[in-house]
Amino acid sequence: MTTPTGAGPAAPRAALGRYGEELAARYLRERGLEVLERNWRCEHGEVDIVARDGECLVICEVKTRRGTAFGEPVEAVTAAKALRLRRLAAAYARRHPQAGQGLRVDVVGVLCRPGEPARVRHVAGVGS
Amino acid sequence: MTLGLGRTHAVALTGLEGTLVDVEAHIGSGLPSFTVGGLPDTACAQAPDRVRAAAATVGVPVPPHRVTVNLSPASVPKRGSAFDLGIAVAVLAAAGVLPRSLVEGVVHLGELSLDGRLRGVRGVLPAVLAAARRGARHVVVPGENVAEAQLVQEVTVHGAGSLAEVVQWYRAAADVAALPVAPRAGAPAPVGSPGLDLADVVGQPEARAALELAATGAHHLLMTGPPGVGKTMLAERLVTVLPPLSRQEALEVHAVRSLVAPVGEVTALERTPPFVAPHHSTSAAALAGGGSGAVLPGSVSRAHRGVLFLDEAPEFRSAVLQTLRQPLESGEVVIARARQVVRYPARFLLVLAANPCPCGMGFGKGVECTCQPREIRAYTGRLAGPLLDRVDLRVHVPPVRRAAFGAETGEPSAVVAQRVLAARGAQAERWAAGGWGVNGLVPGHVLRRAPYRLPPAVTLAVDRALDAGRITLRGYDRVLRVAWSSADLAGRVAPTREDVAAGLALRRAEGVAA
Repeated sequence: MTTPTGAGPAAPRAALGRYGEELAARYLRERGLEVLERNWRCEHGEVDIVARDGECLVICEVKTRRGTAFGEPVEAVTAAKALRLRRLAAAYARRHPQAGQGLRVDVVGVLCRPGEPARVRHVAGVGS
Repeated sequence: MTLGLGRTHAVALTGLEGTLVDVEAHIGSGLPSFTVGGLPDTACAQAPDRVRAAAATVGVPVPPHRVTVNLSPASVPKRGSAFDLGIAVAVLAAAGVLPRSLVEGVVHLGELSLDGRLRGVRGVLPAVLAAARRGARHVVVPGENVAEAQLVQEVTVHGAGSLAEVVQWYRAAADVAALPVAPRAGAPAPVGSPGLDLADVVGQPEARAALELAATGAHHLLMTGPPGVGKTMLAERLVTVLPPLSRQEALEVHAVRSLVAPVGEVTALERTPPFVAPHHSTSAAALAGGGSGAVLPGSVSRAHRGVLFLDEAPEFRSAVLQTLRQPLESGEVVIARARQVVRYPARFLLVLAANPCPCGMGFGKGVECTCQPREIRAYTGRLAGPLLDRVDLRVHVPPVRRAAFGAETGEPSAVVAQRVLAARGAQAERWAAGGWGVNGLVPGHVLRRAPYRLPPAVTLAVDRALDAGRITLRGYDRVLRVAWSSADLAGRVAPTREDVAAGLALRRAEGVAA
């Protein structure tokens, strides 16, 4: 869903996703988190944002939507997706043993309704 | 603030026993989810889907946070969809949509449809009775169940058609007393089932007398006779001569009915005792109660305070008949499961009907009977034993002769019922100290000792029968009980020789069973 593939109908969607991730990263920085990496990839998939909250390593998934007709942005993270995020978190921690003490999976939902300021909702510690 | 705690009440039923359940809802931070804990069954665990859809439809969506609902005490199983409304109200209170202090003291029952309408549920009467006993004073029920809930006088019933209506009430009302009260629904049902009357029965004076005695002392009855002589007709009319149910008894009867009848059918307290006639192919679970999952009441409990009629009694499977022994003895059935024990009331008047033999023609001289002696023995043997030992009255119902048509019609039910009612009054007074109420429930030793011991001159016939081994000691007691009923019917203070003789005659008239 978030894979950008040049031109075509998916392009504005990918742009929205990148915009949302940008907002989310800024939001996390304002909250005092240190963003370590953006769009980190491995064979399990992609992590939108890797950050550090004090000593704790934070694996963060960003969901961006234009409206709530299909539910809140954070509702898009189902149990299966939360499980995939855990796998990604484990993969990142394995490859970066010095990255931090604890490990946490967060979801940031960004709601950009046309003509309204974007709303950010941060859910910390998903699925634990 | 959308995060918070909401609390209200619902009722969990185990048989007829209701537990007042605390429905607690917590909204916390986390990915949107909606879970119900506290031992819900499948239908109850699906409540979140219905509540979420219904709440969204009526414009007060469940907040997209982590919603946890707990039904406490968590050890009691919660069955069915009646918790939907309570869960919805608790969640909306937690979300700050409804005033928390207002919903806390109210009991909510009802299933939600996806468009927010409230649907009726079964078991509202026992649930509201239990809630009233635990001190609840306000109950919100679906419109279909209003009349049923109003049978309980101690609570104020609020009938709602939809979740939107309930939300609107709570937002407008300053306190619980301001909730709109449902108007009283329906007039009480008339006493007596129309159409059935003892006057319809042609002839059969012995059977009528036995029926009257059965109604008087709550004695169980066996009628034997060829097909088509009116055994079923007589049994059906037994309920018309029984005294009408008291309010308390009627509530017991309707509480059982509320669990098995279609939703919305229990609307008024019928004072006529129930008449239940299971077919002879019935299973043990259908007769005594049971079923997978929820334990439902069987025929014996539906016949509580009324008549259980087993036509073609020898055709019932022996194992099925044996399940009657416990309710006959104790007036209730206990269904034990690994996780729970369910009790249902089952104080009924048993009426058995049987043919004299498998082909049904073995009456009079029996010339048309085609049965082998062995077949007859097997047939009659099926009813013998412990079950028949508990039947006080055994009467033979012969074929009706044409001469009976012309004779005056038999007494109507109303006249007989009057006599029975008077006789019941005498019994209630006499046995008040023991708490037995009717002759049929008095223990044998009471009748054999002073002050109820009868003079030897009166009991001569039955004493001889006992000495000769024609009847057992249990049979002796039963003859005495019937004698007392016979005396009560005639308005005598104590049984005479004739009363005892009548009791003995009705004991020995055994066309069937040795």
